[in-house]
Amino acid sequence: MNKVLYSSISKKFVMALAGLFLLTFLPVHLAINLMLLNDDPEPFNKAAHFMSTFPFIKVVEVVLFVAIMIHVIWGILLQVQNWIARPVAYKAPNRSDTSPFSRFMIWTGGSIFIFLILHFFNFYFIKLGIVEGDPENFYSVAHNLFKIPAYNIIYWVCFILLGFHLHHAFYSAFQTLGLNHRIWTPVVKVMAAVYAIAIPIGFAYIPFVIWILK
Amino acid sequence: MKVRLKIWRQKNSKSKGAFATYDFDGVSPEMSFLEMLDALNTKLVQEGREPVAFDHDCREGICGSCGMYINGYPHSPVPGITTCHLSMRYFNDGDTITVEPWRAKTFPVIKDLMVDRSAFDKIQVAGGFISVNTGAAPDSNSIPCRKKHADEAFDSASCIGCGACVAACKNASAMLFLSAKISQLALLPQGRIEAKERVREMVSVMDELGFGNCSNTGACEAQCPKGIKLTNIARLNREYYKAF
Ligand code: SF4
Ligand code: FES
Repeated sequence: MNKVLYSSISKKFVMALAGLFLLTFLPVHLAINLMLLNDDPEPFNKAAHFMSTFPFIKVVEVVLFVAIMIHVIWGILLQVQNWIARPVAYKAPNRSDTSPFSRFMIWTGGSIFIFLILHFFNFYFIKLGIVEGDPENFYSVAHNLFKIPAYNIIYWVCFILLGFHLHHAFYSAFQTLGLNHRIWTPVVKVMAAVYAIAIPIGFAYIPFVIWILK
Repeated sequence: MKVRLKIWRQKNSKSKGAFATYDFDGVSPEMSFLEMLDALNTKLVQEGREPVAFDHDCREGICGSCGMYINGYPHSPVPGITTCHLSMRYFNDGDTITVEPWRAKTFPVIKDLMVDRSAFDKIQVAGGFISVNTGAAPDSNSIPCRKKHADEAFDSASCIGCGACVAACKNASAMLFLSAKISQLALLPQGRIEAKERVREMVSVMDELGFGNCSNTGACEAQCPKGIKLTNIARLNREYYKAF
């Protein structure tokens, strides 16, 4: 049974499922973030409050953490195995035609993970009481962060990298689940591109307005 | 024409190996790449030097023996062909051509450009066959089979086991090869009977041998001389999920 659970395909199956779940989470997060553009802090703070208290969301939150951890740990494990599978590197760079984004998933993923840790310090740990701040007023916490130029630069770079990650991730998850179709796979690829551009732009737009336009 | 060859020379699987550079004159554009290497070897032998070891057999793109990594491309910079089908016409006078063996933990170098691909045989032996009795060659119409499936099985069966997919993959994964071997049987009625055991065993052996994990980058498909498609890998994944 272990052999099955830890086979290459099973590990990838789990990676894909966790990844797909994370893909559905991002638009929800973005929708709430867009409320930061509202001059009235009330709606955003209410949404943030709802997200941290509503029982069903509490369950989803646990699933989310598990999904992130599995995606990260399995991702690292798979990558380490992949490095071991070619102990001596080619001297000439490999020029086989591949999607450029697919080649750097571990690095784009790693950057997103580092950002996630930063994000936890900035928000989640306030909620847990580990870091000082007002958990009932994330609106001003966010607004204050978006006034720090260095933070915004890091934020934008991370979201560009997230876009690169998503571009391959979206299609790749379907392929791993065995969903490859003459007509639908090209559609999935287009959707992947749209998703990978729209989500990061959506997130990056918020500090742009708060820092530059306001 | 004259070319500068940077060829990987390695005594055996234990030694480290390094590039040796040969300025080689008198190459004609009509030569195949392997004929050019033959000519180089003749020259090396005449000079009392050790010829370059490389694999080859049919020289017509069907046996899967040949294969080297040329200028960063497994088999050939021209897509869809094996090394033996590569012509010197593709190169220009004065070009530098870098030639390396295929590199993967599972394909240890035997000598120079020769690698041991018996790992593929081990995967094949684990289940790439039909053991139920299908009798003598049946009448072609006696076993109903959809034309689409027959065609797809035929396409998958064109894999020659050359290993370019492993060589091209940044993860040294054998998924394209295995997916072709699984597909050619999974698509046909005779192959369905043992489909579950087959995919379980073959995947398990592939993992044990130490091939990497597929990350759907598609370098394998781009370099496969037989046009084996990534759709085969999706089918392999489906077959694997169905086996439990
Ligand atoms: S799938 Fe293509 S590249 Fe891989 S072994 Fe078969 S023919 Fe060679
Ligand atoms: S020598 Fe047989 S395929 Fe190239």
